[in-house]
Amino acid sequence: MSKLILRNIARSFGDFQAVNDFSLEMKPGEFVSLLGPSGCGKTTTLRMIAGFMPPSAGTIEMDGQVISSAAGVVPPERRRMSMIFQSYAIWPNMTVGENVGFGLEVRKLPRAEIGRRVDRILEVVQMGALKGRYPAELSGGQQQRVALARAIVVEPEVLLLDEPLSNLDANLREEMRFEIRRLHDEFKITTVYVTHDQSEAMVTSDRIVVMNKGRIEQIDPPHVLYGKPRSRFVAGFIGRTNFVERGGATYSLRPQSIGLSVAEPAANGIEAEIVDRAYLGEHWDYQVKPLGEAKPLRVSAGPNAIFELSQRVWLEIDPAAMVRVEA
Amino acid sequence: MTVSALPAAPTTAVQRSRGFDPTWLLWIVIIAVLLFLVVSPFVHLLITSFKSERTGAFTFANYAAAYGRERYVQALFNSLQLGTCAALLAGLFAVPLAWAVSRTDMPGRGLVRTLVLATFVTPPYTGAVAWILLAGPNAGWLNRIFVALTGAESGPFNIYSFPGLVLVVALYSYPYIFIFTTAALELVSSEMEDAANILGAGTWRTMRRVTLPLALPAILGGLIICFLEAIALFASPAMIAIPARFNVVTTQLFQFFGNPVRVEVAAAYAMPLLVVTILLVVVQRLMTRRKGFVALTGKGGDRRPIALGRGRWVAFGYAMLIATMSVFLPYLFLLQAAFAKAWGKGFSLENLTIRNFHFVLFEHATAPSAVAHSFLYGAASATVATVIAISVAYIVNRRLIRFADGLGFLCVAPFVIPGVVLAIGFYSAYAPPPIALYGTAWIMILAFTTRFLPIGYVNANAAIRSLNPEMEEAVRVLGGSRMTALRRVVTPLLKRSLLGAWLLMFIPATRELSSAIFLYGPKTKVVAVMIFDMSDEGNFEYLAALALILQLLTLPLLWIGQRAIGRDFMLRRTAT
Repeated sequence: MSKLILRNIARSFGDFQAVNDFSLEMKPGEFVSLLGPSGCGKTTTLRMIAGFMPPSAGTIEMDGQVISSAAGVVPPERRRMSMIFQSYAIWPNMTVGENVGFGLEVRKLPRAEIGRRVDRILEVVQMGALKGRYPAELSGGQQQRVALARAIVVEPEVLLLDEPLSNLDANLREEMRFEIRRLHDEFKITTVYVTHDQSEAMVTSDRIVVMNKGRIEQIDPPHVLYGKPRSRFVAGFIGRTNFVERGGATYSLRPQSIGLSVAEPAANGIEAEIVDRAYLGEHWDYQVKPLGEAKPLRVSAGPNAIFELSQRVWLEIDPAAMVRVEA
Repeated sequence: MTVSALPAAPTTAVQRSRGFDPTWLLWIVIIAVLLFLVVSPFVHLLITSFKSERTGAFTFANYAAAYGRERYVQALFNSLQLGTCAALLAGLFAVPLAWAVSRTDMPGRGLVRTLVLATFVTPPYTGAVAWILLAGPNAGWLNRIFVALTGAESGPFNIYSFPGLVLVVALYSYPYIFIFTTAALELVSSEMEDAANILGAGTWRTMRRVTLPLALPAILGGLIICFLEAIALFASPAMIAIPARFNVVTTQLFQFFGNPVRVEVAAAYAMPLLVVTILLVVVQRLMTRRKGFVALTGKGGDRRPIALGRGRWVAFGYAMLIATMSVFLPYLFLLQAAFAKAWGKGFSLENLTIRNFHFVLFEHATAPSAVAHSFLYGAASATVATVIAISVAYIVNRRLIRFADGLGFLCVAPFVIPGVVLAIGFYSAYAPPPIALYGTAWIMILAFTTRFLPIGYVNANAAIRSLNPEMEEAVRVLGGSRMTALRRVVTPLLKRSLLGAWLLMFIPATRELSSAIFLYGPKTKVVAVMIFDMSDEGNFEYLAALALILQLLTLPLLWIGQRAIGRDFMLRRTAT
């Protein structure tokens, strides 16, 4: 049985259609990301799942029960979900321990049990020593861990995360991605994760929903999304790519799947010229123009593959790497 | 999609959430309260102005009576003249002071701020009385000092004159302009001034071409508020203009309220004051919100004080001159009078006594209860207004109900109703039967509540805006209701701001005169009315003692406010 089902959800604000015909079905314990540029409707969708906003059309079901429809919603406090907010929303008037224990307190657990569970979850997020501190004394990363502990300790039916890492610096962000995935693997909570950062979504998710202008572009596991993007938008949004027009169709060709050499390859070789290059440490980023073509292709090559500007080179393109996409 | 293959008729949990929604009850209660406090007095004021005193029929007779005599019309012009002159003089005091305090290295900036605060918390009637002691013809101290120094027959100062009134009004209203101007100047970043400097402009040219123009809308806004304060003021004109044999709008209104009470004529006569206030408040809002002054919309970046060199001491001297006129001299001679057997006998040991304090605190027939009334009514109205303000601000900011913005508007609307006009509205609405609140504590408390509600609302609104709604959403998603969120998160986080808002209403409410003078009864006298009566009777020793007691009782409140909110809590934009 599915844990969470969104059935043809739509939401408009006045004339603006924020979310349109959104359908998604999640298995228990699945981790799904909603990925897209800002304004694509991902946060609106998440807030509808949380119950902060009724859909204009469609229904949301959890464990076979309708919890949201245009006619009415089960309020957030009765959904047994939890959520991590962009601002963390750690209550500054309560200590770390009080923050984390709040949800258990509302659920009227015995005091001793609350204490035990809070201690355990704080150990899991490596915050055990800071239980008595107030949030103002914590760093951004520590506040993030408190938010995680507070959301997980109640063992929610569904965990919702709204761009939880966007306020952290780059190093911490990378660390916390793995932390979130680790906690998911440990607790197996059905999770919806909203982000505009594709690598965040790829590290954490079982499946990714790519959204654009309120609509779903594609739902697939990360490697399928990258390898077989269905639309031009997805191909351009997940990783970088070249678009090649052939016979009226558009193909996506990843810079990594183009070979670059001085000698002519055995098959599928195209002679070209280096028009621009940038060294990025881990790889070279070349702009290479096939002879007789107007548009250069972007090609990634290893750090040792050094070519000079204007140098004649050979491109090797495997036809299987060309993925046809919708325009 | 796979979704369509699922069972089509799932059971539903939605119905449970529907049914009676308690927010509607709240909505009805708040609408009713605001109708009672804000709309009804205003509507009654309008109706009364067109109602015949005897028959109750529609008539223009009240307007004919109100504007039918030359001296009534003259009083209108006197008010305009007073407002204009006082605002300009106050601007002359406030703008250089504000610039020196917020942008330069003038010594004693903290001291100057404190002195401005001391001026701000001096009630206008206390200041007026002090200046009667200072510059009354013949007996005034400045005149006596002048005579002693020059041997002339009489001194040149006469507070009972139009210039005297302008000076007293300007001295105690300049803090409004100071607050507006410092708020604006503190948002002009040093980088903007640096940009002018590096292009070759000196300190003066930079100030003239960059700093002042950026602050200009705020300064003009402050001047308008000062003008409106001046024309709405009752105490100083009543103490100074009436002996000087001229009237302004407020004193004329008071005379219409004399025996017999002609409330219909008063209502008609109050209209120009109301209209001018509404128009100017609109102008002021438009001006301070004007686009293009980006410097005033965001954070100002770093600010370094401008080095004035020797000019620092000139600036400091100017600040001390103003403080001498508004604080040092007035309080010195108030103290002298309060501790004197007879204030005219001057400073000597045999003239020293504490009897005046003993008398007003323990022996006087009404003064002790007046002190108690002031604090009781002040506390009650500040509390009611805080509850209304925070409820409406929350509803408006969280968009809990439709048309919430309308409620917010009603909360700030009393700002455009001068105290005397508000009092006439309350009198028209609630003095006659069936409500018949005249002479009771209720009419005082309700009028004070309405009068200071805008201050409470502006502060409550700012406090709630600073609160990220995610704080409450986090409570709800974890299983807490909205009430739990309010109790466990919102209230604890807003405690300080609400205390600040409460104090900002309570402090002026304890000294309110202009609405109280029209609404008090024999059993509901407040300190301000008491002081006003004593000045009428010429009991300056008792009066000074009572005025100082009032100031003394305010000090701990200021201390609490500064501890809870910050040193400048009275001198912020939201304080006015």
